[in-house]
Amino acid sequence: MELDPLLLSRLQFAFVVSFHAIFPVFTIGLASYIALLHGLFYRTENPVWDRLAQFWTQVFAVVFGMGVVSGIVMSFQFGTNWSHFSQAAANFLGPVLSYEVVTAFFLEAAFLGVLLFGRGKVPQGVHLFAAVMVALGTFVSSFWILSANSWMQTPAGTVLADGHFRVTDWGEAIFNPSFPWRFAHMVMASFLTGGFVVAGVSAWYLLIGRDVAANRRALSMCLWLLLVLTPAQAVIGDFHGLNTLEHQPTKVAAMEGNWQTQANVPLLLFAWPDRAAQTNHFEVGIPSLASLILTHEADGVVPGIGEAPPEEQPPVWLVFWAFRVMVGLGFLMIGVALAGLWLRRGGRVYAHRGFLQLLRVMSVTPFIAVLAGWIVTETGRAPWLVYGLMSHAEGLTPSLTGGMALFTLVGYVLVYAVVFWSGLYYLTRVVRQGMLPESEPHPEEVEHAKRPFSAAHAPFDRDAAPTWKE
Amino acid sequence: MELFDLSLIWALIIGFGVIMYVLMDGFDLGLGILYPFAPDEHARDVMMNSVAPVWDGNETWLVLGGAGLLGAFPLVYSVFLPALYIGVFLMLAGLIFRGIAFEFRFKAQRSRRWWNRAFCWGSAVAAFAQGAVVGAYIQGFAVQDFAYVGGPLDWLTPFTVVTGIGLMIGYALLGATWLILKSEGHVQAWAYRITPRLLAAVLAIFVVISLWTPFIDPAVRSRWFDHLQLIWILPALALACAVWLWRAVRRRQEGQPFVATLGLFVFTYLGLVASKWPVIVPPDHTIWDAASAPESQLFLLIGVLFVIPIVLAYTAWTYWVFRGKVRADEGYH
Repeated sequence: MELDPLLLSRLQFAFVVSFHAIFPVFTIGLASYIALLHGLFYRTENPVWDRLAQFWTQVFAVVFGMGVVSGIVMSFQFGTNWSHFSQAAANFLGPVLSYEVVTAFFLEAAFLGVLLFGRGKVPQGVHLFAAVMVALGTFVSSFWILSANSWMQTPAGTVLADGHFRVTDWGEAIFNPSFPWRFAHMVMASFLTGGFVVAGVSAWYLLIGRDVAANRRALSMCLWLLLVLTPAQAVIGDFHGLNTLEHQPTKVAAMEGNWQTQANVPLLLFAWPDRAAQTNHFEVGIPSLASLILTHEADGVVPGIGEAPPEEQPPVWLVFWAFRVMVGLGFLMIGVALAGLWLRRGGRVYAHRGFLQLLRVMSVTPFIAVLAGWIVTETGRAPWLVYGLMSHAEGLTPSLTGGMALFTLVGYVLVYAVVFWSGLYYLTRVVRQGMLPESEPHPEEVEHAKRPFSAAHAPFDRDAAPTWKE
Repeated sequence: MELFDLSLIWALIIGFGVIMYVLMDGFDLGLGILYPFAPDEHARDVMMNSVAPVWDGNETWLVLGGAGLLGAFPLVYSVFLPALYIGVFLMLAGLIFRGIAFEFRFKAQRSRRWWNRAFCWGSAVAAFAQGAVVGAYIQGFAVQDFAYVGGPLDWLTPFTVVTGIGLMIGYALLGATWLILKSEGHVQAWAYRITPRLLAAVLAIFVVISLWTPFIDPAVRSRWFDHLQLIWILPALALACAVWLWRAVRRRQEGQPFVATLGLFVFTYLGLVASKWPVIVPPDHTIWDAASAPESQLFLLIGVLFVIPIVLAYTAWTYWVFRGKVRADEGYH
């Protein structure tokens, strides 16, 4: 069988970027949560906030470290597998990605060490400031990388001449049409991820009866946040979708499974899109609802997939189903947040074992929803790498053979399996060890290193004693 | 049109970044290479503690280098990475294993020997791959229409194997002299003992590569041998550093061997630059051919000029905080 370097490179990029993305999507939300806890402690001086902040900082340190390790690979992917694309788009992408590195560096270098190890060494206000700056750094980083991605979706501020993009207007290129909604949607997704993970872990502590007072506070806080954020995300997502309809109509058509440009398009709950036949099988839908959502009129005309010639259509079934996974999980999250509100009466929310178990399970759903969302937006623009201007095939490294791509794809899967296993295993150790006892001396006082993981104190092996007891 | 030659400024910045990375990540990779030869587990604790606070800051230079090349010299980025495809993967895999080992070794008891292996092998593979990149750069790349057209293993030749091993030994020498600076007692005695042997090996490889290079690239030959050139002062200075290092080790001067090794690396690096300048994608493309559009170079330059001094200041401060001798029982547990 002939190995296709294009397909393998796309798989490899999808794999390394998905693997990488799950770490930052969590740390962006968690960093803000930690900053919030520090702020609450600063204002109220209630030690509960401080203990929660310390515990979640340990988790943050481990996840952040894994994000850094997997991120190094990303900065080389463009060159190794997509060299034509990097050569063509370097005038815009190079500076933007470099700005991500230098601005994120700046904040990371200056403040991460203070956040992780500065407790007791710097005034409390400075420590709070460091927490806020680290949170800001995570936003700055996502700002640049989402700007780069959005430019590839909706290129602006550049001209393509002699095979190279040249930047004519930096403002237009950086703040390209799809960027504001994508950024808002992604930041909100990060908050939801942080919120559901904290809620899930707090629920687990409540189930086993550990640090009940602190975890009740954490859970209550998360549920209030989620009650506001889950519906807000649905609204932002809707606007993001309308923006996509304007700039990438084929993608929206694939999301809706709508083949022909027509009025009264139904919202499909189930269908089996068939690209060869250019139609769906087994359709189950709500009449006119997709038209209503997309055009705000029941008989609004919605463009179909058929507007694009078959060779310029994305893999419809993947876009269609990934979109349903994302939206389905989104509505589930809204439901859980509402159930939390309902259970507050009489304080049942802290004792209802079924609900607490549900929250445990829910802590993985934001990760699935985020990955599904990225599958929608990335495969939905296929075959375009830079929308309408450069295809995946044109961007590929010309010297790349299928064998080379397969070699590194298998290699990255193996390397990441080890990294992911040890990181996840260690994270469960940190969570099992739980919060530091109130009376213990703070372990930071014996710390010297400035690396993320040394902020966590759980031993790696199961039978070893917690390091802060030594 | 310009007051400044932006490509020249960028070449200086990237060149500075490369030598910063080589010097700083070099000694901690070197410690990983020396790891299996350490006299005991106590020495390994000292070795790891001596670089633990600074190693990840060192690797940020690598990420900055990757992104900076894409921004300033996209041709380098889009030729080197495809040409070195397999080597880049091996280097990244090595760096990842090594980074994870740093994090988990001190938290592990039973699994510690596995993390020791990950640290050692990760360091060795990464160092070899980087050395092979240098060799591949000297060899040059098959380029047509701004794209690499050679095969997947063109970079792996007898010459690049020698440069790969050469850089491994060079990094080991950096690591050993760093250990002299940062340790005491029997660990330091061991470092003093191995340094002269490593130096001898480095000099031997240095001679082999220097004699071999002119046969690989005729342009290099004519640059060095056609006239009596001022650039001969660079290898002379490198040799002077080697003599200085040898004498400093004999006199048991703690601080000087590391500085002398840094000098040896800097002058060798400048010698390599002098051989190739201004070609950046050998054999044909100069820094001006490889450059991105001037507005892109300028846009990025503004940010980088602002940030690099801060990164340097922060780096210097970290080294200052963690100055002095390292003992096995401190650092992180």
